[in-house]
Amino acid sequence: MGQRTRTMSGNLYTRRTFMKILSAGFVAGLGGINATCKKVINEEFLQKYFSEMTDEEKKRVVQRLEEKYLKQYGKSTRVSFGEAKQNTLWGYGLDLSRCIGCRRCVYACVKENNNSRYKPQLHWIRVIRLKKGNLISLENAEHYYDPDKVPEEGFIYMPVQCQQCENPPCVKVCPVHATWKEPDGLVVVDYDWCIGCRYCMAACPYKGRVFNWAEPNIPKEDLNTTMHYFGNRPRMKNVVDKCTFCIQRVRSGRYPACVEACPTGTRKFGNLLDKNSEIRYLIENKRVFRLKEDLNTEPKFYYFFSL
Amino acid sequence: MRVLVYSFLLLFLCSTLSYVQGRNVKVEFPVPRPPLSKGIFPCSSCHEGIPANPTKRQLKDEHINIKLHHAEGVRWCLDCHDPTNRDKFKLANGELVAFTESYLLCGQCHGTTYRDWKAGIHGKRTGYFDGGNRTYLLCVHCHDPHDPKFKPMKPEPPPYGPKNANNVR
Repeated sequence: MGQRTRTMSGNLYTRRTFMKILSAGFVAGLGGINATCKKVINEEFLQKYFSEMTDEEKKRVVQRLEEKYLKQYGKSTRVSFGEAKQNTLWGYGLDLSRCIGCRRCVYACVKENNNSRYKPQLHWIRVIRLKKGNLISLENAEHYYDPDKVPEEGFIYMPVQCQQCENPPCVKVCPVHATWKEPDGLVVVDYDWCIGCRYCMAACPYKGRVFNWAEPNIPKEDLNTTMHYFGNRPRMKNVVDKCTFCIQRVRSGRYPACVEACPTGTRKFGNLLDKNSEIRYLIENKRVFRLKEDLNTEPKFYYFFSL
Repeated sequence: MRVLVYSFLLLFLCSTLSYVQGRNVKVEFPVPRPPLSKGIFPCSSCHEGIPANPTKRQLKDEHINIKLHHAEGVRWCLDCHDPTNRDKFKLANGELVAFTESYLLCGQCHGTTYRDWKAGIHGKRTGYFDGGNRTYLLCVHCHDPHDPKFKPMKPEPPPYGPKNANNVR
């Protein structure tokens, strides 16, 4: 009780009066923030968890985001909440006999998904180069290769991206449930809910996730204006993002950007539940393997050999 | 009895008609225009009235830019190009096919590849896989028919390394 504080001016305060003044100041400060703070930031801060949002609230989120991007990039955008279609489970096929390691997919992905181009540079696809006949030894993989011409003699190339696991370890470790598996099998991140702890990045055995170390740098003229809430909308600093098989495209029936960019037709995409799909054909007729199958992650990304 | 016979006849007629129609329309693989050099098609605009020379030879006057690296020594122009109807290809069985159906021609030798292509495993499909417009590519969109081996290309730049100034840490 007798603890006293002497201020610069020499007045004496008891601890109680000191606390009183302090808390009064705090409340006044809060009021000040409230008055000056934009409504938008409040809405963003008070946004509910995704599955608890009503349709009305989702509409408001879309409106808020579209306004934000218009202001930031000077372009009118369309942010979609497009839900998973019935009876779909997306699967991906990648033909290791065909891939020449040209990285066209990497940059098509960056462009389609509004990834940060530099500081930080974020790629969702990593093309690794392996010595021929050494596929199982990923320790010797190289992803900074830069020859004049690809393919090089004696090497094979293996693009790795999010494998959209059926049993995703990244989802299990998220402390705030900001990432989950959608009914159509896509593992998505709610960027507004992510706290940036990067547990998921540590848990992923495929290095499928990347972290926004800074605000993204996206050239205004290159902004892809067809967006999805879980997909390619511009992210913010301190959130994790990842390949979603171009959720904004596949949910409206289009092939992912990497499939369309590949000059050798290495990449295949389809619905695993559709017996006539390309992906089912290749699983049934080709030599197929999944990366690190022994980890029981059940990836929906099938590497195959057509030759 | 007579009604039965007539109905059978009608059914038969209908099925033949639809078969013939299906043969003519053939929308199974809608492909974009084949990548022909500008001004080269229709071939008949030059070849009209010139009788085909059936002797196997190296071309000296025209089409000299074509270097055949496709089973050279075994194959030559008129194995695929029809000598009379210059705007068509000729299959081994003598049937003529349009340039937009050249996959039938390629598929004669490359059977397993053709099978994979039909299933969408070989080659590339773009656009909409689910309803909408799906575009198929012909063999010749990626492979030069006279030199079909896929050429090496310059790769896009590698990602910035951890010490690169363009990366933030």
